[in-house]
Amino acid sequence: MSEDFWEATRRRRLVVQRCLACGHRQHYPRRLCTACGGTELEYAPVSGLGVVDSFTVVHRAPAPGFEPPYTVARVRLAEGPILLTHLVGDTDWACDLPVRVAWRPLPDGRHLPVFRLARTDQEDSAHED
Amino acid sequence: MSGVAIVGAAESDLGITGESVLTLQAQAVTRALADAGLVLSDVDGLATCGVSRFSATQVADYLGLRPVWTESTFAGGCAFEMYVARAAQAIEAGQCRTVVISYGSNQRSARSRSLAGVVEEHTPEARFEAPYGPLYPFSYYAMAARRYMHAFGVRREALAEVAVAARDWALLNPRAYRYGTAPLTVRDVLSAPMVSSPLTTADACLVTDGGGAVVLTSLERARDLRRAPVRVLGYGECVTNTSMTAVDDLTVTGAVHSGAAAFARAGLVPGDVDVAQIYDSFTITVLLTLEGLGFCGAGEAGDFVAGGRTGPGGAFPVNTSGGGLSYNHPGQYGLLLLVEAVRQLRGECGDRQVPGAEVALAHGTGGILSAHATVLLGVDR
Ligand SMILES: [Zn+2]
Repeated sequence: MSEDFWEATRRRRLVVQRCLACGHRQHYPRRLCTACGGTELEYAPVSGLGVVDSFTVVHRAPAPGFEPPYTVARVRLAEGPILLTHLVGDTDWACDLPVRVAWRPLPDGRHLPVFRLARTDQEDSAHED
Repeated sequence: MSGVAIVGAAESDLGITGESVLTLQAQAVTRALADAGLVLSDVDGLATCGVSRFSATQVADYLGLRPVWTESTFAGGCAFEMYVARAAQAIEAGQCRTVVISYGSNQRSARSRSLAGVVEEHTPEARFEAPYGPLYPFSYYAMAARRYMHAFGVRREALAEVAVAARDWALLNPRAYRYGTAPLTVRDVLSAPMVSSPLTTADACLVTDGGGAVVLTSLERARDLRRAPVRVLGYGECVTNTSMTAVDDLTVTGAVHSGAAAFARAGLVPGDVDVAQIYDSFTITVLLTLEGLGFCGAGEAGDFVAGGRTGPGGAFPVNTSGGGLSYNHPGQYGLLLLVEAVRQLRGECGDRQVPGAEVALAHGTGGILSAHATVLLGVDR
């Protein structure tokens, strides 16, 4: 079921589940709506905008393949759900900073959603990857 | 209030034991029964976990018991506070008469604990979390700490005070892993190796072998046994999350509900508690739990613990054994919270005794602030 989420990342699209009955959005994907118990859900695109709920710089690798330090965060999407993610870019991070989704390519063509500081000027969003 | 009491309490060997889990279990059970003046054949109820797939059955087999009531809810560190509730209910309902709650872990000797923690790849959240490499549970507590500091303007030093107080208590407890070492300073905590910011190695609990057991029976029967009964006054629990993104506000834990239920059942308020044993997997755990239980308001726990208020001689003694931070942490620490609470109420704690303690609180936390259970205990007046 979580395949839909990952397939959308091939086109660099961030989607989260939305309940057709009550409109509740949730993440991670489930077979029912945690707000109303409804079982009809769709994957709906989200803006990719959010704020940093909290973050932590990890200094020890949990497994081979990770290269600390890196910044793990909870990002609260503008649409409501919270994602676990990475914060990237040269930013002195703080809670509540605005962020925008960026995409880290995976070897199989999918992408890992990560977040960078959202600026208001057009130039930055034009160069967003 | 319940008509059930704890009549025996003991630790297994602690620290680096080189023993098996079941050896530690057997030590804990036999010592707790000896403390109670009971024998193995008196036991008809058993609660434990962390041994094998069939933990309670496994331990019953090892002890040669055929209990008529068993319990193995797996909720991490707070499982044992939950077992006290279930045991009290089972004894009051007449399903069994004498319950042993036990635990043992050789995680230090067996080197079975890693900083990366346990990632269960089959869970639905794993695909959305594991790719980002959080340390489990360390990074979750770190994010809770960061959010807490941001939301309430709490200084990093406030977290360190929890570890400092724990060390001061441990220096008074000959059984503590850090007994005989030096006092810890706030500067020591802040300058220890960073693991997952803002938390350092000194914000995290020990990794040791250890275990323990408590014995429960009816209050009526307890009054005829060798130790002064420790009454089960109240209990409550709440589980909230397994994933790292389910909880909306990292600063509000299930302790809000478990504590309120326990106090209501006991007919007590936080101000009635003389000594508290509060799960300290990390320094932040204690601050969030103090607030959740109602000992202070949201954002006030930093001031609450400042200046040694929860340390030896302080106005509100917390984690008098030295806690998971400086006494012992065998993976699931909740059983040892109960042992220390019982000893404080019996006045057995020597240099670290809280004078005249009549009401004790034990609060366990499991997982990533996932599961919470509170027990209120009191002397038999
Ligand atoms: Zn719904």
